[in-house]
Amino acid sequence: MQIFGIWVAAFLTLCIYSFLYKDNPLYRFAEHLFVGISVGYGIVLSIHQGFLPLAWKPFWEAITLQDPSGFWVIIPIAFGLLFFARLSPRHTWLIRYPIAILIGYGSGIAIPNVLRADIFEQTRGTLIPFGRIARETIAANGDILPPITSWDIFGAILMVLGVVCTLTYFFFSVEHRGPIKGLSKVGIAFLMIGFGSAFGNTVMGRVALLIQRMDFLMFDWIASIGTIFSSIF
Amino acid sequence: MLTRIVNMDRRYVFILVALAVIIPMLFSVSLPVSISEPTQNLYDYIENLPSGSTIMLAFDYGPSSLAELNPMARALLIQCFRKDVKVIALTLITDGTTLASTLIKEVAQEANAVDGEDYVFLGFRPGATQVILGMGTEIAGVFETDLSGRPLSEIPMMKNIVNYEQIDLLVDLASSATPEAWIIYANVQYNLKIGAGVTGVMISQMFPYLQTGQLVGLMSGILGAAEYENLVGVPAKGMQWINVESFVHLLIVLLVVIGNIAYFIHRSREET
Repeated sequence: MQIFGIWVAAFLTLCIYSFLYKDNPLYRFAEHLFVGISVGYGIVLSIHQGFLPLAWKPFWEAITLQDPSGFWVIIPIAFGLLFFARLSPRHTWLIRYPIAILIGYGSGIAIPNVLRADIFEQTRGTLIPFGRIARETIAANGDILPPITSWDIFGAILMVLGVVCTLTYFFFSVEHRGPIKGLSKVGIAFLMIGFGSAFGNTVMGRVALLIQRMDFLMFDWIASIGTIFSSIF
Repeated sequence: MLTRIVNMDRRYVFILVALAVIIPMLFSVSLPVSISEPTQNLYDYIENLPSGSTIMLAFDYGPSSLAELNPMARALLIQCFRKDVKVIALTLITDGTTLASTLIKEVAQEANAVDGEDYVFLGFRPGATQVILGMGTEIAGVFETDLSGRPLSEIPMMKNIVNYEQIDLLVDLASSATPEAWIIYANVQYNLKIGAGVTGVMISQMFPYLQTGQLVGLMSGILGAAEYENLVGVPAKGMQWINVESFVHLLIVLLVVIGNIAYFIHRSREET
């Protein structure tokens, strides 16, 4: 059975890689199979791990009077069911209520946390190196923290410069002329370096996927051919 | 010659990349791997946890990212089981369920770790944000049972664990934006310490969180996996694959350089 699985995986891998030569029916078969299985798997798992334990079980326990507190679940279930109002043109307006709850709840939860995690903390992070430089200058002994090097100072200044210039590039309330244009051009350079780094890392990730598949084909699939032959002869 | 290079069929590049993978793989080339500071920090954080501590391990990735993240997960699990650090595993994405379950059982069997005493796999719940926030109040409120259906109250290692207050670290192995969700909701709201292992595509996104200390450590792509295997002292797929990866990177750099030189010479000739 395991060998059968290996052969199916190898066949589908080769089907997908056949696209590198050109588009063909085998590639499309594997692609559609993948999409179908992913969606089917997702639905079944969402029902088993989400709907049944979080909605159906408490609801069933409530109506069979095992645990009456489960009746509270009826309220969110009812609101959730309103999403299906979209299917009826006469009742489609009802969908506003679950959407309003989702947006209200989502925004209320997200805004303060995102502000703290992504704005305040990142602003603090941009200035931390300066704080450390100032503290080191006052203490001037380097007992607790390693001594500040000129490279640290350069890094701290570069980071602030990068943040200011990149933000200037996205500042559209003033026409980009004169010094603003200069700053935004430096901002573009920082952005390009960022994109280059992201692209390099993406290449690393994609190559890793290829290596894993090649490893599978060379050491699992080809090894399974040997196993089959040895079992026959 | 130049025209040929500029107009070269891309399929030759595919063949060259395939050869750059196959040849080093066949000859098992081994190159040294140095340890980066973010990976070392994550390793040290877990290493310094007292025996009996508990970490959460989120398997937030599917088969398409298995190559980079499975070696990280394996190395992390080996370190935890070796140090007697309890592992609560879970996933916020559907695809992660089977992958995580299979890998945990495999590593646990090798390390003689016992289900329910050394580790527990909670499985999947939909609604990532609600799951993260809900566990901050009570883990059993979100996961009443583990994946096999055992109530959490009957699992020995979960006896004294109610919420994040009893969790020493969460490591998110992710191929999407879930580390940001863990930081935004679990770190900011509940002060839970977060570490991450991410795919190559996401590394740049994660570095700002590392610099501010919102992440205690970070494993970056297949390189991070190789580094962690090296630290744990169990070289496996990560170490093997990073060597092959280096050859492919060399080839890509070479192709970029040749392509650009050929392009600029070709263009200047056309202009003259």
